[in-house]
Amino acid sequence: MTKKSFWGRLTESGLLLPIVSLLLVMAVNIVFDIVSGNNPFNFFMITLQHTTSNGNVLYGRIIDVLNRGSEAAILAIGMTLVVSSSAGTDISVGSVMSLCASFCCMLLAGYGVSSTSTLAVPLIVGVLGGILMGALCGTFNGTLVAYFGIQPMVATLILYSAARAIGLLLCNDLIVYVRNGSFAFFGSFLGPIPTPIIITVICIVIMTLLLRKSALGMYIQSVGINPRASRISGLNSKRIIFITYIICGLFAGIAGIVASSRITSADSNNIGLYLEMDAILAVALGGNSLGGGRFNLAGSIIGAYTIQAITTTLYALGVSTTQAPVFKAVIVILIVAMQSEPVKAYMKKRRLAKAAREGGAV
Amino acid sequence: MEENVVLTARGITMTFPGVKALEDVDFTLRRGEIHALMGENGAGKSTLIKCLTGINDFEAGEIHIAGIDGPVKNHSTRDAQNVGISTVYQEVNLCPNLSVAENLFIGREPMTAFHTIDRKSYNKRSQKIMDDLGISVDVTQNLENYSLAIQQMVAIARAVDMDCKVLILDEPTSSLDDEEVEKLFVLMRRLRDQGVGIIFVTHFLEQVYAVCDRITVLRDGHFVGEYPIAELPRVKLVAAMMGKNLDDLEEIGKEHENTAEDKLEISAKGLSHTGTVKPFDLDIHKGEVVGVAGLLGSGRSELARAIYGADKANTGSLEVDGKSVKINQPIDAMNLGMGMLPDDRKAEGIIQDLSVRENMILALQAKQGMFKPLSRAKQEELVDEYIKVLQVKTASKETLVKQLSGGNQQKVILGRWLITQPDFLILDEPTRGIDVGTKAEIQKLILKLAGEGKSILFISSEISEMLRTCSRMAIMRDGEKVNELDHDLTQESVMKAIAGGEQNND
Repeated sequence: MTKKSFWGRLTESGLLLPIVSLLLVMAVNIVFDIVSGNNPFNFFMITLQHTTSNGNVLYGRIIDVLNRGSEAAILAIGMTLVVSSSAGTDISVGSVMSLCASFCCMLLAGYGVSSTSTLAVPLIVGVLGGILMGALCGTFNGTLVAYFGIQPMVATLILYSAARAIGLLLCNDLIVYVRNGSFAFFGSFLGPIPTPIIITVICIVIMTLLLRKSALGMYIQSVGINPRASRISGLNSKRIIFITYIICGLFAGIAGIVASSRITSADSNNIGLYLEMDAILAVALGGNSLGGGRFNLAGSIIGAYTIQAITTTLYALGVSTTQAPVFKAVIVILIVAMQSEPVKAYMKKRRLAKAAREGGAV
Repeated sequence: MEENVVLTARGITMTFPGVKALEDVDFTLRRGEIHALMGENGAGKSTLIKCLTGINDFEAGEIHIAGIDGPVKNHSTRDAQNVGISTVYQEVNLCPNLSVAENLFIGREPMTAFHTIDRKSYNKRSQKIMDDLGISVDVTQNLENYSLAIQQMVAIARAVDMDCKVLILDEPTSSLDDEEVEKLFVLMRRLRDQGVGIIFVTHFLEQVYAVCDRITVLRDGHFVGEYPIAELPRVKLVAAMMGKNLDDLEEIGKEHENTAEDKLEISAKGLSHTGTVKPFDLDIHKGEVVGVAGLLGSGRSELARAIYGADKANTGSLEVDGKSVKINQPIDAMNLGMGMLPDDRKAEGIIQDLSVRENMILALQAKQGMFKPLSRAKQEELVDEYIKVLQVKTASKETLVKQLSGGNQQKVILGRWLITQPDFLILDEPTRGIDVGTKAEIQKLILKLAGEGKSILFISSEISEMLRTCSRMAIMRDGEKVNELDHDLTQESVMKAIAGGEQNND
């Protein structure tokens, strides 16, 4: 077989359409900037801006997309695995984020304290506590789905509705503020780079290494495609589904810490609100089937940033916050339709027809 | 068009990614004939049928149907039905919880003047259709109350009543017993005499000679030839299908060395699984091939599953290699050197959307554990080796296993287990739905493995293939191991043991 071209590899990896979607959103920016007489590449411009609190930091729309998209991207990692192994979605991740944030802030501030600038426990205890709370929620979800055989949607509906309330309970019905520079770090900057971007990169690297250096990826896909056959071949199907939910919860915990650190508080009612939907959409935009089986982590992450790019673009275009979801929906419809089977089949047919007309070999 | 011809296909060509499934294939069907379409797995039988019925979009060639001007190109099974081509598959595609009559008329119910369904007339019409075809059923009964054979006949009756000129029967006899097959044949002959052209796809050679008038043979996607039945004796047919001039089945012969050693590999005492298999004892020596014979549903698969831990045994004890062991799940059995090829390839064998390579290394990887991944180089080395040993026909190692033909999928699963170097291998119907050539290969492989000191538990519906390979046979009846035969193994003695004392007529 001849060595495959870059194009051929791209098509085969299934990343083509997610990347095209992202490029499409970027193109909209370019067109807009040209029309309004700005520099056409405003979207990609990165400048250094001086801030009083953090010194010189990177600034620009693309940095904003990467920064603001962090939580969705982190959630999308875990969501991808859950979708693959169990053909279901974990709809609790947004609420779990909120619970983890509350737990972390409660630990850092002390129970019943609504605002503090000194930490009650070392930072690391609070942060790890928050992340572990996420893993605990994942364990709960995983137990219900894997061992009790409850449909993922129903099983995760429990924490979807309860987790926020538990968070409020932990915070004594208050919004807990942790006004401490060290806690704010996770949502601000490391040098000139926004910390959330760095955290997301670390999460992606760790997950990629885990998938590359272990057989987890194959196990998850195998179980997602055919759990019975996987079991006969020696895989513990239930345990593998269970593990994916724990991983998903763990990442929800990390996303919760980032979100909470951004606003240096645990705002139970708003942290992670509707973010589970963005995470699920990211997985779908990434070209993954929500029916489980084969997955493509890179696609999901690109999907997450595509969603954020749409939002940022709309704001840049001056669309009001209240109307943005309508435009967002239109764009999502286009992207999803572009990736649907009938459209794909139509495009393929056209390509073949074109090739035939040109007389070239197919 | 030649007289009496109802369907001609000329130069049909069809490519799947990387594989030429059909190349320049011709097929001619005449009025009132039963025409067998024969070929090994992967020869292109199913692909050709799917081209005729509009499931596959073939690239080149033409299909003509009597009474229709110009070439016909079907784009869906509905198109095919409209031009008079109906298909009945091995799995009955009807609704078991509706009545026979409802199944006959679903989607085209006779209406009253008030646009409600005219139940009276359609029950009457249904009864007449079935009576005319000589099928004795009460059409008001639910379909599920009848045997699979009757269900199949209802499917055929439905097809015929929809005015079909061409009836395609794709492996209709695979799940039927002899008596049911005979009933089906009666129906087929009756339809033939009414002028329907029937295309019959089957793996059973005897059946071809029992009902068919003509045979078309395909090999590797090519048209080999069309023969009147009288001109193509069985040996020649097999040779045409395999493209070689020897009968591999003969070669194995009935005599085979008994390679059993004295040492026990497996010793089960009182093993059972509630609801499926009653307590049984079974010893298997090293290097021995033990067969399990019984009717479908007699507990023969369940016996194996209880040993392997696919269904955890509720009672009894198991010794492997002389040591008492406890097996809770398949991985425990695998760690003791076992492997199991399950009978339901789709549900429990292949991982459809994984590649041939991933499917083949899955069991070994599971044995090694999640954190000791096999290197890509090691994987490719193993997979290459077993693709060669088993002669798996695949475009590449990275082809998704679902794109392979049934026989090749089976070889992939076999490879999955051989790669783990098992001491004890359970093969549950390894040759079901597989062509003659591959069957012979698998039987040879079994004997070779036994020769290497491995123990094999071989379950099959075909007694003849167990006779060729097994030195001992356990007989199952109604979930119970009723007998064990170790000498005087003949078709007759095994059948008698399976049937037991009383005659079973249902």
